Amino acid sequence: MNVDDAESLAKPRRHQILPGFGLTMGYTITYLSLLVLIPLAAAFVNAGKLPLGQWLHVLLAPRVLAAFRLSITASLIAALVNSVFGLLIAWVLVRYEFPGRRLLDALVDLPFALPTAVAGIALTTLYAPNGWIGRFLEPLGIQVAFTPLGVIVALAFIGLPFVVRTLQPVLADLDEDLERAAETLGARPVLVFRRIIFPALLPALITGTAMAFSRALGEYGSVIFIAGNIPMVSEIVPLVIMTKLEQFQYVEAAVVAVFMLLLSFAMMFVINGAQLALQRRHQAKQ
Amino acid sequence: MSQRNDFPGSNGPGRMFGRVALVGTAVLYLAVFLLLPLITVFVQALAKGLGPYWQALADSDALSAMRMTLTVAAISVPLNTVFGTAAAWVISKYEFRGKGFLLTLIDLPFAVSPVIAGLIFVLIFGARGWLGPWLSEHEFRVIFALPGMVLATTFITFPFIARELIPLMQAQGRDDEEAALSLGAGGWRIFRVVTLPNVRWGMLYGILLCNARAMGEFGAVSVVSGHIRGVTNTLPLHVQILYDEYNFVGAFATASLLAMLAIVTLGLKSLLESRHPELRGRQVGDANPRLRPADDK
Repeated sequence: MNVDDAESLAKPRRHQILPGFGLTMGYTITYLSLLVLIPLAAAFVNAGKLPLGQWLHVLLAPRVLAAFRLSITASLIAALVNSVFGLLIAWVLVRYEFPGRRLLDALVDLPFALPTAVAGIALTTLYAPNGWIGRFLEPLGIQVAFTPLGVIVALAFIGLPFVVRTLQPVLADLDEDLERAAETLGARPVLVFRRIIFPALLPALITGTAMAFSRALGEYGSVIFIAGNIPMVSEIVPLVIMTKLEQFQYVEAAVVAVFMLLLSFAMMFVINGAQLALQRRHQAKQ
Repeated sequence: MSQRNDFPGSNGPGRMFGRVALVGTAVLYLAVFLLLPLITVFVQALAKGLGPYWQALADSDALSAMRMTLTVAAISVPLNTVFGTAAAWVISKYEFRGKGFLLTLIDLPFAVSPVIAGLIFVLIFGARGWLGPWLSEHEFRVIFALPGMVLATTFITFPFIARELIPLMQAQGRDDEEAALSLGAGGWRIFRVVTLPNVRWGMLYGILLCNARAMGEFGAVSVVSGHIRGVTNTLPLHVQILYDEYNFVGAFATASLLAMLAIVTLGLKSLLESRHPELRGRQVGDANPRLRPADDK
């Protein structure tokens, strides 16, 4: 038993001693309801105006279906790219000391801080056929701007910090003695990584990748400029919602939105589950 | 943190090569994928020299977009600061059932696409929305006007400050506050004299991130704004309008303002983190790591 436990046994557990519970709880619940819960409910209620058979009609329309296919595939590929390079970058930032490391570390947060519209037009300019990067890709027959590939590039930009920032604290906490022990026993670096480091990082890696995926699904600003938004080819789901809204098809927009919300909430469950596993592992170690 | 280097006796040529290759790849990836877009913004903005750059920024539509962006942030950020403080107080100072559920609900806006965040307010306040007819009867506009843009922005930035303060206040516990209470201080006084000084840097950190997102928000605001030039345009929306008109210098000049905001935000964030290491890694932008042990009670 540690000191904390002894203390909490000695003192009777005190609840609700401090004043202000009613006020702050009331305020929290009211604000949360007015701003988040009731508005979100509006999407469900509006979508509910349509009978279930019509739902399928809306969701299985070729244009909507194509958008879902693109959004999910592109987000998945972008998240996987992020998981590979995010792991590499987190590793380098935590384990190595080199000039410019702190600057690089701050740079990782850029996609969070840079407004998405700015990222969108900058990426489009870079990857356009005459852009700094696009001009090298064009002779190779690779076109990024205004294709599904452009969507992936934008989503990979947006998602990188999720993986890096989730991995960094876990990597920093990793017990290097285990690695040293394995090394002393003759394990090669690749084996040490595969058998010791990677398993310890896996929950954090899954969490970060799932977060990047979840963010990518709903991303709008950085994508619409570079995607070209060709129906059936490079149109993402948020844009489909936007289009329906502009045509005053409120109920149809709400149906697509509700389906997306359900997808996002499912992702939230996965992320929370992975984080819980991570926490348990963390606590078991202590 | 001193233990950054490799294992002893690991300076063989192979290991050295591996390390250089890893660092090189990471630097190259960050330079090409993150730094280059940032540089592009400024290069494109100044492509035709300083004259057209200033002209684009001094344009009356650009100025009104700046005003709009500042106004929206000036309303949304304080709203969420008050909420974040109240929510953090409730969660960190009392025990009650459903605390985990409340935390999940606070996180909810992070999981919602910006376009959907805009959509839900159109469904309520739009011309064909729930309150639409009533609003038009009273000649009060929410959608395509400031209130709608504030609502959408506040929704998007909803969890930022709460997410920052909750773990901080949980880690500090309630002993200090209870001591103040036993000395006869009232609730408001306890908060002001005991709690606030303890969390002020965390609060500032949260406000910083919340403000960056509020000023930069695009999707949600785009849905509710109606893109009325000189009236409901924010800086990010102004960027889009100019870009769609092939006015690239104007678009990138406006974008450069937002890029500078991002750079200042990152600089201040790094500064705060180096002075107050306890803030580091607590929250990353709009990620919601529940990796903090203090969260799990």
